[in-house]
Amino acid sequence: MITVNTESFPWEEGLTITRLIKRKRFTFRMLVVKIDGAVVKKPAWPETKIPDGADVQVIHLMSGG
Amino acid sequence: MIRTKVAYDLQAIKAKHELLAEYKYDIKPIDRGYNNRTLHIDVGSRAITEKPVSGEMKRLFTGGKGFGMRLLWDATRPQTKWNDPENEIVFAFGPICGITQYAGTGKTLVVTISPATDIPIDSNVGGYFGPYFKFAGFDALELQGISDREVIIYFDGDKGVIKIFSAPDEEINSHLLAEQLIEMYAKDEQEKKSFCTVSAGEGSDHAYMGCLNFSFYDRRRQLARLKQAGRGGIGSVFRKKKIKAMVIKYTGTTPNNNNVADIETIKAVGAKYHREMYENDDAQCDMRHTGTPHLMEIMCDYDLLPTKNFQFGGDAEQIGKVDSHIWREMFTQGIPDGCWYGCSMACAKVIDNYMLRTGPYKGHVVSVDGPEYETAGASTNMNIYDPHFMAEMNFYCDTYGVDTISFGTTMAFVMECYEAGILNLEITGGYDLSFGRGEESMEMLHQIARGEGFGNLVGKGIRWLKKYFVEHYGADPQFLEDIGMEGKGLECSQYVSKESLAQQGGYFIANKGPQHDEAWLIFMDMVNKQIPTFEDKANALYYFPLWRTWFGLQGLCKLPWNDVEPTNNAETDEPAKVPEHVENYRQLYNAVTGQNISADDIISQSERVFNFQRIFAIRRGYGTREHDRCPYRGMGPVTETEYLSRAERYDKQLVEILGVNPEGKSTAEKMKLLRDYREGQYQKLLDAVYARRGWSRNAVPTVEHLKSIGMDLPELLEVVKANL
Ligand code: SF4
Repeated sequence: MITVNTESFPWEEGLTITRLIKRKRFTFRMLVVKIDGAVVKKPAWPETKIPDGADVQVIHLMSGG
Repeated sequence: MIRTKVAYDLQAIKAKHELLAEYKYDIKPIDRGYNNRTLHIDVGSRAITEKPVSGEMKRLFTGGKGFGMRLLWDATRPQTKWNDPENEIVFAFGPICGITQYAGTGKTLVVTISPATDIPIDSNVGGYFGPYFKFAGFDALELQGISDREVIIYFDGDKGVIKIFSAPDEEINSHLLAEQLIEMYAKDEQEKKSFCTVSAGEGSDHAYMGCLNFSFYDRRRQLARLKQAGRGGIGSVFRKKKIKAMVIKYTGTTPNNNNVADIETIKAVGAKYHREMYENDDAQCDMRHTGTPHLMEIMCDYDLLPTKNFQFGGDAEQIGKVDSHIWREMFTQGIPDGCWYGCSMACAKVIDNYMLRTGPYKGHVVSVDGPEYETAGASTNMNIYDPHFMAEMNFYCDTYGVDTISFGTTMAFVMECYEAGILNLEITGGYDLSFGRGEESMEMLHQIARGEGFGNLVGKGIRWLKKYFVEHYGADPQFLEDIGMEGKGLECSQYVSKESLAQQGGYFIANKGPQHDEAWLIFMDMVNKQIPTFEDKANALYYFPLWRTWFGLQGLCKLPWNDVEPTNNAETDEPAKVPEHVENYRQLYNAVTGQNISADDIISQSERVFNFQRIFAIRRGYGTREHDRCPYRGMGPVTETEYLSRAERYDKQLVEILGVNPEGKSTAEKMKLLRDYREGQYQKLLDAVYARRGWSRNAVPTVEHLKSIGMDLPELLEVVKANL
């Protein structure tokens, strides 16, 4: 299990940030991703594997509105 | 296709003008963003006067909406109604308005006593009128009185001459009127860019949701483009005053009309921003190609795109018909669509070569200014996922001077009433107003413009209709209170707020009513879960409304703040605030005015005006806690269908939040439990927000708070003391 934006989410072997975003259907483009508090820049998302038990924040920045 | 050109005998039309008043004023240079005078026109008596702007006025109210609110307060009594001669429309611009080196710097703030809400409304609009009027010599314009005949007010900003003419023969609808007037007054094609018009339309003659159109001349398209001051019925007030249009001529635009204190800083900050825009926009919001409708599928994916009167947050089956790809194709590309010089965000997109399918201009080929996201969302709210309907509705709403948001939200309400059996064919004049009925909806809009039929009632808006449906058709008042998505009398803009308590507050505590420009917190609250406690939400509902108010004090557009972001924004402490852009704005303000304010001072400037606006509503008998009411549709499922459509989510919440096992409970029982909980949460939110803002439990700013922000003015203390 990992935590995504304070809620539990099932972990799987090899789960990358890109895959997580897809599975959560986070289609908004202006996202900031932090794993255990550390920012991971966008170009690294496809390669970055999320460890089991990680605390992940996928912060949607405001736009629109 | 070639755009349809309507032929007129402009000489004959002009020959009918009778000069009713003329006024000459001294042209003086702007001093660091301020003219230090405003203009007052009484269209009833035709008196035209100038007023000085005091240092105190600038210190307390800054400019733009602040000036507008102050002038409107002074001009009206607590009893003044929207259609009284003493009601004013105030146009104000702000110290930064008109600089050409940064994006989004040409906005006008318009305020009046609203026919929809009976309290002050403010609307922020693009086009060239604001900068031109400011360069012509004034920080604000008050229009008061009611004329006994149709008039045009003409401002020659080059010569310092103002004229009021009778104008019996011009068109009323804006797309034709703007073209007529620019054609009439500009000596050649080259000069047309120096003219700007403000007008409404036939819809504004009858509806309480009238809007104003501000033009700017698009040289590439050879077309007067239109931007709208949409909310709260300002167009209705304009037409009540029998003003057909205002026209301004100003030819002297330079890179420094504002005579700023430090032009080099402004250039440097602007250049940095433009670079960021060019480098980041394509990968971020794609504003330059798709404009605000880039949000369509995103809002649908997050269950936020209103569908069937805010019952649902989108329709996955239909969204492909109106998503960003469609708009990218329908909008003309390759033309920079900024609504004032220097706007590199350039989001004012256009559908060119659109052939109208309905109404008085059926068969005409036109250019449609838009749609913006809000207009497209107004259409999905009626369950009409059809880009051609959206274009058609957008065009006619604009030219008729009808607010697309209020029209869409009101029609969505009417459609739900129709499907619930409150309305029928007999009542609607034979029109099936079920959800999804595009042709019939267009007919309602045309009826608003003609002032006839059931459409004429629709134009009065949801609050008026609720009462009418109860009195005339025996509707259940509680049901209408639950589904009518209005607050303070203003129809809600197009985001579903059910799963974000903070956004419920953002909408329904907002001073003017539920318009997203005061606060948009849905992602922070519902998706990111960054503001879980009442204290967190109250802090967000303190900071962001004040931050956003500041754009209106300055004559700025909000979009360039956070619809593109610096690449390293993610690494900052508070990415939601876009700290680098806050610093840009701080530097711009200081460079224009020569002052040295901090980021906190920005919030203080707003806080003074924000509290003033709240007290203005209280002075008029509104503005207290009961008026911050949120209809239950804004909080949760009103109908069983709605509950069942998201049953998994709601059942889970009953278990996880309320500790209730939903097994064996009827849907009605579960809905009641959820409703009691959510309504209780909203009341707790109100308490938290009021406390954070320095207001009483009844939403009245306290004396101590007013003292602490320097707004303990005798006239404000008198109002609050009577209500504390
Ligand atoms: S961002 Fe769009 S709406 Fe704002 S000033 Fe620029 S073109 Fe106009």
